[in-house]
Amino acid sequence: MIDLQSFRDDTRQWLEENCPTSMRTPVTDTKAVCWGGRNGTFQSVEQKQWMERMGARGWTAPMWPKEYGGGGLSKTEAKVLREELERINARSPLDSFGVWMIGPALLAFGSEELKQQHLPPIVRGEIRWCQGYSEPNSGSDLAALQSKAVDMGDHYKVNGQKVWTSYGDQADWMFCLVRTDPDAKKQSGISLVLFDMETPGVTPKPIKLISGSSPFCETFLEDVRVEKNQVVGEVNQGWTIAKYLLTHEREMIGGFGLADAGAQNLWEVAVGALGLEEGRLSNSFLRQDVTRWEIDAAAFALTAERVTDQAKVGQGVGATSAMLKYYGTELNKRRYEVMMKLQGTEAMGWEGTASQDGWLPKTWLRTKGNSIEGGTSEVQLNIIAKNILGLG
Amino acid sequence: MALVLSDEQQMLKESAQGFFTEFAPISEMRKLRDLDEDYSTGLWQQMVAMGWAAILVPEAYGGLGFGHVGMGQIVEQSGRKLTASPLFSTAILGASMIQAAGTEGQKSSLLSAIANGDLTTALAVDESAFHAPEQIAMKAERTSQGYCLNGVKRHVVCGHVAETLIVAARTAGCAGDRQGISLFLVDAGSAGVTVERVPTVDSRSIANISFVDVELASDAVLGEPGLGYSALASTLDIGNAHLAAELLGIASESFDCTLQYLKERKQFGVLIGSFQALQHRAAHWWSEIELCKSVVLKSLQALDEGDPNAPALISISKAKLCEIAELSTNEAIQMHGGVGMTDEYDIGLYIKRARPVQALFGDFSYHGHRFANMAGY
Repeated sequence: MIDLQSFRDDTRQWLEENCPTSMRTPVTDTKAVCWGGRNGTFQSVEQKQWMERMGARGWTAPMWPKEYGGGGLSKTEAKVLREELERINARSPLDSFGVWMIGPALLAFGSEELKQQHLPPIVRGEIRWCQGYSEPNSGSDLAALQSKAVDMGDHYKVNGQKVWTSYGDQADWMFCLVRTDPDAKKQSGISLVLFDMETPGVTPKPIKLISGSSPFCETFLEDVRVEKNQVVGEVNQGWTIAKYLLTHEREMIGGFGLADAGAQNLWEVAVGALGLEEGRLSNSFLRQDVTRWEIDAAAFALTAERVTDQAKVGQGVGATSAMLKYYGTELNKRRYEVMMKLQGTEAMGWEGTASQDGWLPKTWLRTKGNSIEGGTSEVQLNIIAKNILGLG
Repeated sequence: MALVLSDEQQMLKESAQGFFTEFAPISEMRKLRDLDEDYSTGLWQQMVAMGWAAILVPEAYGGLGFGHVGMGQIVEQSGRKLTASPLFSTAILGASMIQAAGTEGQKSSLLSAIANGDLTTALAVDESAFHAPEQIAMKAERTSQGYCLNGVKRHVVCGHVAETLIVAARTAGCAGDRQGISLFLVDAGSAGVTVERVPTVDSRSIANISFVDVELASDAVLGEPGLGYSALASTLDIGNAHLAAELLGIASESFDCTLQYLKERKQFGVLIGSFQALQHRAAHWWSEIELCKSVVLKSLQALDEGDPNAPALISISKAKLCEIAELSTNEAIQMHGGVGMTDEYDIGLYIKRARPVQALFGDFSYHGHRFANMAGY
């Protein structure tokens, strides 16, 4: 039995010595988020130090095995680490699709060679990954994807076009769904392959969104060489891994409905915006909007907690990630609709210091994508109806 | 505490499920309706024999002290079968009120009587159509022997069948004050007490009770005179947590029955459950019920743990369940189509029970407002 208290003491001491003071303040803008990568830009020396120190210790992926650079922590130790990080308000040392998505998929399905090659650089924040899933003609109908990988004997040649590649222009490697068997039925014949974004023929182009930002790219693939050992799992069995990854993604996006740690309650935002008259928000309609949201948000947060607790004891219906994704994203959209109303005409400012460069309307517009990306709300409802309710 | 049932709570839930399915199917509710009876005393005795009247009574007073999560499982299952009984008025409200406010002597005599099924009680609080416990105006004047009650209480659950009424009245202050509210134990047969039975939409009845110069001895006060509000408030919170559990039973059963119907009913040559228009509504409805399960369980746990946040959690729970009970009972009828409107099908009975449960001790608007007040906006 490992002594948790001594682990906690050691962790606390290490964090005390290694977490720079400036990394113990809330993240206020997107530049403060650290993504790492070959071309990673850092807001400060401390930000880089924090990522590197945590990465060297494996604590950017605390529960991955040590042999692949991870922290090798047990569930309870990882919880202690999380608590100690929260205690000092430490920023996330690394945000990473590698840690969140392709890493877990490699651990579950990848060959030893792929794990050795890809996992350690992910942990250290050296390689930034992006996801090649959707295509212009396969959005919700993902399995209809047409990007082709032709067997050239010692390698594959990939041609096609991906879209909604998150940060494709800043990523180093892509995990990508391609069709390896053109004659097989839809879901069969798909493989998950990995390639470097600097491979000739890979061209990411940013897409400008209504929010003004460009977090996504369309990525053109023209005669891209992919080595044979870069297929994750079995050839033509990629759909299973794709579904596994989609579940991960759903859970991640569903979490958007949960208030960020340290974020203000909506009612506090309302009080700040409208003020109180005799202890109440003066606008009774907005007071009701805020209250309905707060009640649903509390119920949703408790549900996320309950689903986790149920899973721990082997109860529950499974497939609840579809519900959490659906409800969480719709809730987040509602939150920002109310936030806009709370600022009245002041909410419309798009540039300039008064509006913080349009922070609110830009964030509000970005939330509209929450119920589309990672499977639309309608797709989630389909999954619930079929997999949970048994409606065919 | 993890948001799951313990093994013991799970066992109680399953036992309640089996009990109501076997002894209290909807056909029993229809029989009582035809006989114009409020509840089946035989069934209530069976429930007492199961120990359910004793669940909230501490072991020191002859009860089981099993807690609110356990009781909530029984209430939820009884909600599924629309079962009327004194469980709510007596084993929940009566037991909680006496425990919260009573003197040692009152607790030892009354709580064991409740646990044994020898006493039924009714809580008389509201005086208008809208729940407002601080607005109690009914007067209890000090007399040489004790107190004299004058006033009217409305919508008293089990008020026409209970032997003992627990009446909240004012010995000081005026409507709006929290101070000055006293709780009285009143024999339902006392001179000056007139009970008017009012049949309600759910084929049950409630009582409007008038008190005219009702003379009470000094020891009729439950606990300390003038200090009844906090015990009343905590009992009403407990009541609302369990009303939410009953609404969860109503919403869940409406959903389950409707889902079954979607898999049986054919139109245009196919099962109507194959239509995406209905699938998406069913999936949304299911999601909402999942949220309801979480808030109901959390608020019951909060009561068992003495969580200071319990009042806010209970208002969240009652408010959410009012909304989703409304959604559920409307969707249930609509998706059943024409037969949903018939008295022959059970599904239409659920909307008739849901609304009185929603309204009792405050509906969505009351609890939304209360939540906002507690938060400070």
